[in-house]
Amino acid sequence: MNFLSYFRNEAFERGIHPPSCKLTADTPIRRLPFAPRLVVPLSQHIGKPALPVVRVGEEVQRGQLIARADDGLSVPHHAPATGVVEAIELRPSARGPWAPAIVIRVHPGSSQEDLCANPRDLAKASSDELRQAIRDSGMVGLGGAAFPTYAKLAIPAGAKAHTLVVNGCECEPYLTCDHRVMVEEADDLIAGIRYGLRATGAVRAIIGVEDNKPAAVAAIKAAIARHEAAGQPDGAIFVEAVPTKYPQGSEKMLLMALFGVEVPSGKLPISLGMVVNNVGTLAALGRLLPSGRGLTERVVTITGPGVSRPGDYRVPLGTPLRFILDYAGAPAGMNDARQVILGGPMMGQALPSLDIPITKGVSGVLVFRGEDLAQRENVTTYPCIKCGECVGACPMGLNPSQLGMLAAKREYDAMAEGYFLGECFECGCCTYVCPSNIPLVQQFRVAKQVLREKSAK
Amino acid sequence: MSALSRTSAAAPVAAPHASTSGSVTAVMATVMLALTPATLYGFWLYGWPSIYLWLITVAFAMLGEAVCLRLMERRAVPVLFDGSAMLTGWLLAVSLPPWAPWWIGALGGLFATMLCKQAFGGLGQNLFNPAMVARVALLISFPVQMTAWVAPLPIDMAAAPGPISGLLVTLKGIPQGLDAVSSASLLGFAKTEMSRGVDLLQSLPHAPSLSWLGSRPGSLGETASWLIAAGGLLLIVRRVISWHIPVAMLAGIAVPAALLHLVDPARYLDATTHLLSGGAMLGAFFIATDYVTSPNTARGQLIFGAGCGVLTYVIRTWAGYPEGVAFAVLLMNSLTPIIDRYVKPRVYGRDRQGVALDAPAMAARPIVGREY
Repeated sequence: MNFLSYFRNEAFERGIHPPSCKLTADTPIRRLPFAPRLVVPLSQHIGKPALPVVRVGEEVQRGQLIARADDGLSVPHHAPATGVVEAIELRPSARGPWAPAIVIRVHPGSSQEDLCANPRDLAKASSDELRQAIRDSGMVGLGGAAFPTYAKLAIPAGAKAHTLVVNGCECEPYLTCDHRVMVEEADDLIAGIRYGLRATGAVRAIIGVEDNKPAAVAAIKAAIARHEAAGQPDGAIFVEAVPTKYPQGSEKMLLMALFGVEVPSGKLPISLGMVVNNVGTLAALGRLLPSGRGLTERVVTITGPGVSRPGDYRVPLGTPLRFILDYAGAPAGMNDARQVILGGPMMGQALPSLDIPITKGVSGVLVFRGEDLAQRENVTTYPCIKCGECVGACPMGLNPSQLGMLAAKREYDAMAEGYFLGECFECGCCTYVCPSNIPLVQQFRVAKQVLREKSAK
Repeated sequence: MSALSRTSAAAPVAAPHASTSGSVTAVMATVMLALTPATLYGFWLYGWPSIYLWLITVAFAMLGEAVCLRLMERRAVPVLFDGSAMLTGWLLAVSLPPWAPWWIGALGGLFATMLCKQAFGGLGQNLFNPAMVARVALLISFPVQMTAWVAPLPIDMAAAPGPISGLLVTLKGIPQGLDAVSSASLLGFAKTEMSRGVDLLQSLPHAPSLSWLGSRPGSLGETASWLIAAGGLLLIVRRVISWHIPVAMLAGIAVPAALLHLVDPARYLDATTHLLSGGAMLGAFFIATDYVTSPNTARGQLIFGAGCGVLTYVIRTWAGYPEGVAFAVLLMNSLTPIIDRYVKPRVYGRDRQGVALDAPAMAARPIVGREY
């Protein structure tokens, strides 16, 4: 930070301010009905796929373990509904290649009560036991990365955590699921934070919320007051409103905004004594852990100009997108062409198929109309005029303009060595601001992929 | 590169799925809008010949671009619509003596877009600012025509040439009867007098007057310094350019000028004269800030701007030419790739040399401003 920082109310250096488009910020979370068939992929997370423990034709109860965690980095999965296992087969996945999944035909008449709870007394559990309970719940980072939470809360040998940072930024336009969770489930969030504090051994938790969500800050403040009235068991909890800016939801940017510290290149926040978790993840932990249930549903923002009933829905995992889009409806007079994106508009992924199910890491389903798509397809790409807009937007301090020129010449090694391509986390700010409409971050993804394949050889 | 970009842009399956509505054309249009008040004021000051010269320069700049594109068997119209050729011609036109003959504008316009821009590969590829290369080429080739400044003769005055006689001025040159209006610019006058051994304290009372309002000889774009500066401020407010290059360049001129004037007022002109003379304002706000030929980091821009300013002052004061903005900008243009190579933004999590930050040191850093 230079001295000018004191005159600017900037959370972190550079970044952008896209229109927030949070259409669903004020609508309460609603429950989505069960689809006739749910598709539970074995790999919904970073790490090894889970191993199925049910057979085709077997009756499963909602919440029942249907796939156990593999050795190493992996989490189990639970049946999102009561029904019968119809198939264990390859199904389309959001990443592209078909992947093994357990298909459950939902019993239409079932009460869908979660009968498979396995309550444990966690009041005196050690941090190892807590992390095991977290692993058994199948919890992964619900903010989008889907990294197993038990592993994220594990402190490497020799390191010590003092602060649990709770990420409530939700900086992507359109998405409001974390916002609604903070407003409606603040007490669950506090409970989850207490588990997080105990699992990591941190002494304080700080919730960072962007200042465009005052309702969430107020709800959390009220919950913190109750926590303080109870004598702050497990540690002190604070909430901090940070100036709204994209991509603040990146933990590197959030740590900069909250504390003015940078995570050294190649290191994790734990090197600074900090562990970062998403609000949705911890709120879900707060709900699930006391009753010993598994993660079978999550809050998903269904939004965009292409749906007539946008909202935040509690969606059973495995619900196919087709069912969700039917339920959320299409605006009158819209033609069939739609673009469906998993996640937000900045980093989300456009999907090739509506048979793809909602998985643990999906925070939003964003639907654009055919005409929105045509509008974006019609932009002209000009040569780079070296205006430096991208340099002024890159939160990592890279020079996307030069990286883009190198990418056009396929100088991938020079990009990595001279221009730190590896630091790019693909937030898309450069492409967003480019007046020449050059698909910069898209080229960087290609470059990174090429370099990965090269180094794998 | 453009082929690659086009194919990727046509298939928007990869994030981000949102972008700004800005475009190259919008940027160019904003710059032209910012130039408009000063240009119109210049038209009023210098009358019909300046209007014709402007039209000819802009037209030939666009013609040069179109010819090159046709030679490359590309469609010219979409490229012409990005506005960059028009802006190049416009910037060249406002740096020319307003009553220069038509072929100065025509040659300059063609030279700027054909040799200085398209020969390098078109928009974004040129190393040097096309308008300034063309201006310098003209100055070296045709020093007489390029230094024939006229005193302002506002268009509504009786003595000012009308639409027809104005056209004749542009086509056939300045007629004998109007010779009286020819005059030197202040910088040129001071330099000539100095070379005759007359120091500034004696010569300046006889020098052409200098004013913010622009009633003095000069090019279209240099006399109305305050309108140029206002246009530049508009660009800064609209975030088309940042403040770094203009401020650094003006400081690079003003600081040495003020210091040396303090030391020896008989030999060195004061800072105000330097800032209001020649192309200082135009150069600082519109020429040096050209995206393509200037560095794209804030620190690089400060270095670049300061270099432009200091070089301008050095050329004006000690070199053979009375005016140095064009030469200074071109010299710094040649340094831009080097500046961009060595002055990079500091990467998050690394120090300026690109070495990863020290984790224990960062962890020990006090948490700013808050008590937890």
